[in-house]
Order: sequence, then structure tokens, then C-alpha cells
Amino acid sequence: MAAAAPAWTFIALFLPFLAAILAPFLVSRLGDKAAWIVALAPALSFLHFCGFLPEISAGEVATGGYAWVPSLNLSFSWFIDGLSLTFALLITGIGTLIVIYSGGYLKGHRHLGRFLSFILLFMGAMLGLVVSDSFLMLFVYWELTSIASFLLIGFDHEREAARRAALQALLVTGAGGLSLLAGLVFLWNVTGVTQLSLLVHLGDALRMSPFYLPALFLVLGGAFTKSAQFPFHFWLPNAMEAPTPVSAYLHSATMVKAGVYLLMRLNPVLGGTPAWEILLPFFGGVTLVAGALIGIRQTDLKLMLAYTTMASLGLLTMLTGFGSPHAIEAAVLYLVAHSLFKGALFMVAGAVDHGTGTRELPLLGGLRRAMPITFAAAFLAACSMGGLPLFAGFLAKEEIYAALATGNPRAVFFTAAALVGNALMFAVALAVGLKPFVGEGKQTPLTPHEAPAALWLGPVILAALGLVFGIFSPLLHAYLTSPMASAVIDEPTVITIGAMPHLGLPFGLSLLTVALGILVYLGFDRARALAAQMLEGLGPGPDRWFDYFISGLVRFSAGLVRIIQPGRLEIYITATFIAVAVTLLVPLFLFDELPGMPSWPAGALVQEIAFFVIAALGIVAVLRAADRLTAIVSLGIQGFAVAVIFLLFGAPDLSFTQFMVETLSVVILTLVMTRLRLSVSDHRPPGQILLDGTIAIACGLGFALMLLKAVGTPFDPFMTDFFNTYSKAIAHGANVVNVIIVDFRGTDTLGEIAVVMVTGLAVLALIKLRAGRGAS
Amino acid sequence: MNTLILRTVAPVITALMLLFSVFVLLRGHNEPGGGFIGGLIAASALAIFGIAHGPGAVQRAIRFHPMAIAGAGLALAAVSGLVSIAAGVPFMSGLWIYPDILGTEVPLSTVISFDIGVYLVVVGSVTAIALALETEPDGGAGEGEGGG
Repeated sequence: MAAAAPAWTFIALFLPFLAAILAPFLVSRLGDKAAWIVALAPALSFLHFCGFLPEISAGEVATGGYAWVPSLNLSFSWFIDGLSLTFALLITGIGTLIVIYSGGYLKGHRHLGRFLSFILLFMGAMLGLVVSDSFLMLFVYWELTSIASFLLIGFDHEREAARRAALQALLVTGAGGLSLLAGLVFLWNVTGVTQLSLLVHLGDALRMSPFYLPALFLVLGGAFTKSAQFPFHFWLPNAMEAPTPVSAYLHSATMVKAGVYLLMRLNPVLGGTPAWEILLPFFGGVTLVAGALIGIRQTDLKLMLAYTTMASLGLLTMLTGFGSPHAIEAAVLYLVAHSLFKGALFMVAGAVDHGTGTRELPLLGGLRRAMPITFAAAFLAACSMGGLPLFAGFLAKEEIYAALATGNPRAVFFTAAALVGNALMFAVALAVGLKPFVGEGKQTPLTPHEAPAALWLGPVILAALGLVFGIFSPLLHAYLTSPMASAVIDEPTVITIGAMPHLGLPFGLSLLTVALGILVYLGFDRARALAAQMLEGLGPGPDRWFDYFISGLVRFSAGLVRIIQPGRLEIYITATFIAVAVTLLVPLFLFDELPGMPSWPAGALVQEIAFFVIAALGIVAVLRAADRLTAIVSLGIQGFAVAVIFLLFGAPDLSFTQFMVETLSVVILTLVMTRLRLSVSDHRPPGQILLDGTIAIACGLGFALMLLKAVGTPFDPFMTDFFNTYSKAIAHGANVVNVIIVDFRGTDTLGEIAVVMVTGLAVLALIKLRAGRGAS
Repeated sequence: MNTLILRTVAPVITALMLLFSVFVLLRGHNEPGGGFIGGLIAASALAIFGIAHGPGAVQRAIRFHPMAIAGAGLALAAVSGLVSIAAGVPFMSGLWIYPDILGTEVPLSTVISFDIGVYLVVVGSVTAIALALETEPDGGAGEGEGGG
């Protein structure tokens, strides 16, 4: 079939990136209408991935890809099973609607093109993330989603709150990304594979490994930061600084679910252990209840939704880690339902903001007449979020209670958490989806008017899908949720739950949830006050800790820099040479590796001894010199003597270079000295002389001992023989030294001359900098 | 240091040293020498000229900014390595041709052009440092800046 052709899948994966490049040009030509054209890219990707549905629902997987660096076992390869496919369809499907919505929401904004570009960049990254097979690809795309999120949250970069939120999200999810990278390295080292498709079958080996716990903690570090689990949740509500399409898309429907995706993907590998089944439900449960409580407290529609999103992510984590196939099925159903209704509700909040000029709940009322279409979408989405019968949310909630209410004490605890969380979320759903539209009309900044088609199309489609999926649940199960649950559990699974109520404990709990939710909704102001009271009792939240942490880190590094970089050359040089002396001497003494006393060379020629004496005399002259200039020139004497010694012992190239280096060193040192305008002679206090002398002697001793030790070991002539044999034969050169430099190790030399040049540039810059400062 | 004797002999010494540096560079493949040593000799030659006649004179003599010479050298070295793409062999493989020039077979190679690149980088970088240091910080007269 066409969908199976790897080239088409490759194109479908890169279509969003291509559209991201083209979007700004299209917008500058066509204005906000360009969004409809740009939306074709995700729509085409969506259709392509729909082509996989028959294959995947039959229990097969689609793989493909291209080798990238075969010698390092790196490839660009994808792996599409039920889990990946459901995510891919959500990303491209909701993405299409979001692009259209963005065109309407930011109509006339001067950076609409840039915005669409960022959104599509994110879409490409997220799509790549969920189909990645290789670890490297997964990690790169994972980080790319963080970067895209940073750009989008900070889109309105002229406001400080937006900048802070963007940076915070980047730091938190970026740190999580590093943790994930370390976790993947652990998985790779333990199992020896770098592909998720192979890893899935190695779960037993991994769970037996002593590195299981470190790997688990690191992977959870990545997943919990990305999916805003307590105590890393604080970045998500702040991320609501982003324009509403971003909140709807990244921070509710897709990106924040990347952590959940990772947990689901690794469930067959890391799951089923006590650690997994304690950590995930615990942190998920805390996130669920905390998110729902804080959500009730808010008055801004977007913030209310943001906190319920956090609660939903907690619920998903809790279910994924609960440890029964039913819980996984519930998580899968809830994930799909949540993406639909939460995406719709966020877009509704944006449409209400657009139509009235405010998102503050107390200022809104009676909009049903002015905004009937938006109201319809909002109400349908709220019903799904509340889990009323016939809606997709109902399927999820029934399955959740069926999975959790098993009767053992642990389950009772989590059932209670789910009950409280769901009831509060239902109240929020009603507050967002019903309250602004009913009751008395209120005075709003703008006269309420219906949103344009671009703004209601998305919410209407998503909200309607929530109903369609509920009514035609067998279809949903056959194509999306059953294959997805099978992938997460790693066993063929069939979900059967239908949208009609059927009596039993789960239905009873559902009724209780609805009743509680309506109760909270009716007494919303009292509930808000109560929630606020409870939360204030807990003291400053992690958001504040984050600020303390960052400012503490900045102060700490400033203090550290003051200590290790005081800006005085003497201190740097002293530290450097002490380090050299210690590095050379300590191992020699510590491991008893001191060389034996060298014997007096028999048959040393007179001229050889003479040049040794000259070198020694040069050093004495340096120490005895009356002024600095004489000392520098005397240093040259010693250098030239050494160069002659090289020549005498048969190293003409080395000797040659030594001559030139010595000459230039003397010239340049002299020039530097005249430039620094130091006093003519060198006066140091006796203590300083003692210290500097000790360091100098220690360094000299260290080099001497190490060289003696090195030449004392038996010489391995392998390389010498190799170069002597092949220098002329294959490199056409008789001078072995030069042939090594320019041919055998030419790439090294290329690097070295690049260093020479950069050094030249740096010295030039330093001199110019000083000259400039002197002049001003 | 600005003595009459030095000023008189400096051009001669510089010219001889530059000539010698090219000789050392070209013979390097078979005899002691090569781009690095040649470059250091040439840099010393220019330093002597600079001490005798001032950095402005050196700058005029070499026309280009020394850092530009170094950059050209680095580019030449890199390109010499990349030529091997055309031949389908790994980066930095030495390629040789033996054209017949005036009845003499002259071996030419990417290895020698690479060595010339090394030579230019060393001359350029060291001369840039030396010239910058020789230039008086306050005056800056005739400083080697405009070229390149």
C-alpha cells in the first residue's frame, strides 16, 4: 500500500518543517489567509498517517528509515505501532485545526508568520518524537520540542512575564531532557540496543539489572518535568503566558503528553516493578489532586484549564503506573478524550477572550446569545470533560473506575484521589464551558460578538469528535485505542467499553463524581475560597523555590568566579605552574615510579658537553641578569644551546624549529616587556623569590624526572619502522617528519594551524583591547 | 635598536631570509624543512624588517593584513584536504601529478599545497602578533590595519 512506502512517511514527517520555512513568506504575501494554506501541510501528514490505520489495527507495526552513521549504529528510523499512530494522528489532526485557529486568533499580528513557523517547527518535532525508533532521534526531537516550546511561550517577548515563563519552561524541561539522555545511556549500556523496537523485548534483562533503579529515576526525571508532574509542575501554568493556540496545542493536547508517551512506551520495559508501581501512582495522584484544587482557585479561564491539564497529566501518570491492563486501557481512553476536549476548551477560552476582551470568569455571563456556536462547542467539550454518558470522556471515566475500584486498600486510596480530582475537574469544566454563557449578560471590555469561522472551526470539530467517538465507540476502539493499549501493555488487548451506562460500581462512582462536581459548581465561590485557604496553609510553592534556586545559583557562580578568576596574571601563572608541578611529581612519588639515577654517558664528545655547559650558563645568566631585557636575551642563549644539542643528536627538523621559536620568543617577549612599561629591573621581596623559585624548581624537577622515566622504558620501534618503510613508498617523501606532519597526520595539522590562527586573532584582540583602554 | 647599520642591512637580510624560507618550505618533503619552519623563518624576517623600519613599512610591503594571509593559508590547507572528494578518496588523502615543465618532471601534490597553507598561517599569525606589539599603543601610526 502507498502508506507503507518509506519515502512518503519520510516526507510526511518533514512536511511540517518545510511548512515552517515557507510560512513567513506566505503570510507576508497573503496575510492571515495564509494559515489556511499552511494548514495543508499537517492535513496531508494526517491523511498519510490515516493510511496506516488498517495495518496497525490488524496488529502489525510499520517500520522504516535510513542509515545515518552505520559505523556508529546510528540511524534515522521510525517505528509506528498503535501508540505512535494515535499520537501522530492527534498531533497532525489537532495541529491542522490549530494552524487555522492561529490565523484567526493572531489576525493582523505583525509576527503571525513567525508564530506559524514556530508552531509548525514544534509539530515536526513532536511528530518525530512519537515515531522515533532510535534513542538518539528520540532525544533530539525531545529537546527540539522544549526549544519550540521556549520560543512559543516567549513569543510575546516584550513582556517580562513571558520571558520568565519561557526561560523557566526551558530550564525545567531542558534539565529533564538531560536526565532522560542519561537514562537512555543507562538503558543502552544495560541492554546493548539503541532502538526502542528492540528494547521492548528486553524488559526482563533490564529489570534484573542493578542499574534498573538509576535508569528508572533518570527516565522519570525526563518524563515528570515534561509532563508537569509534582514537584516540577510549576512551569506549566506559567507557560500560559503564551498565545492561546499554543496553550491549546503544546500545553494541553500534545507536548506535555510527551512524558506520558515516554512512560507508556517504556511500560513493557521498566514497568511491573514495585518502584514503578509506587512512584508513578504516588506522584501522579499528588499532581491530580493538587492540580484540581489549584484549578478551582483560579478565576482566569486559561489558568483554570491549565491546572486541570496538570491534574489530567497526573491522572494519566497514575493510571500508567497503576499496574493493571485495565488501568492502561483507561489511560489510553482518557488521553484521547482529554486531547479532544481540552484542546477544544482552550480554543473556546481564546474565542471568548477574542469576542469579549476578557478571560476573567467573574466578568463573564450570558454569552449564549452573542456566541452560540462557541457555546455549543464549549458545552459539548465540557460534557466530555465531565464524563457524561454518550461522550468519549465517559468511556474513559468508566474504565478508570473499573480499573481502580478493585477493593484492596491501595486501590481505595487512588480511587479516592481519582474521585476528588474528577469531581473538581467536572466543576471547572462547567465553570469554563457553561458559566460564561448562561445567566445575566455582563459588561465586558468589548461588546460580545461571535468569533470568525477560523476560531470556532477547531473547537466545534474537536468537541463534536468527543461525541462521535463516544457514540461510535467500537470504531474508536478498533482503530485507535485497542492498538494503542496493545502497544503499551505489549500484548494484544481489546477494549470493549461502550457509551451507554451499565449498572455497577464504576457507574455508581461516576454518578457520585457528577453529583459532587455539580455541587462544587453551584457553590463555586465557596469552593474557591476553601481551596485558596488550604493552599495558602502550605506556604510558598515550587514556583517561588525556582526563583530562589536561580538567584542563589547566580550568586554562587558570581562568588566562585571572584575567587578563581581574580584578574591578576601572577595568580593565574602561579596556579598554572603549581598544577603542572603537582601533576608531574605526585604520581611519581605516590606510585613509586621514580627513575633510576642516569649513568654518565660514555664517549660523550667534547662539543656535546660544551653545549650542555652553555645551556646551563644561559640559565645562570637569566638569574643573575641586572635588568629584564638581559634576562630575556639570556633565556635565548639557553634555547639556542638546546637547539644545537638537537642538531648534534640527529634531529635537524626539531633543531631548526627550536632556533626559530627561540628567536621569535625573544623578539616577542621583548616587545611585550617594552609595551607593559614595567620597571627596568625585577625587584621581588625575598619571600616571593623563595616561593617562585620553589615552584620553578619543582616544575623543572618534575619534567626532568618524567623524561628520565620515559626514556628509561624500552623503546618500541613499531611506529619508527612503519614510517621509515612507508614514507617514501606511499607518501613520496624522504623527510619522515614532514611527511607525518603534512600527510599521515595531515588532519591533525589542519586542526593545529587553525589553533595557531585563532591564537593570533585572540592575541591581536587582547592587544587592541588594551590599546583602546589606554587611549580612552 | 633603530641604528643606521640595522636599517641599512635589514632589507637585504629580510629578502635573503624570505627567499630562504621559501626554499626551506619547498624542500621540506625530502630534506629537513617544511611549512612550519619556513613560516617561522619568514616571520622572523618580517620582524627584523619591522624593528628596523617600523610596522608601517612591513604592512606596506606585505600589502595584505597578516591575519588575512593566515586566513588564506587556512583556507588553502582545508581546500587541499577537500580535493580528495573529487578523486573519491578519504579527506586529506595526498594526490600527486607529475607534469612535464620545460623538460623537467615536476612532482606536484595536494600535500605541498597543504604545506604552503601551513606556511601562510604561521607567517600571518606570528607577524600579526609581532606587528601589533611593535605598534606604539598611543600613536598607532602606520599600523597594519587597512589591508586585507
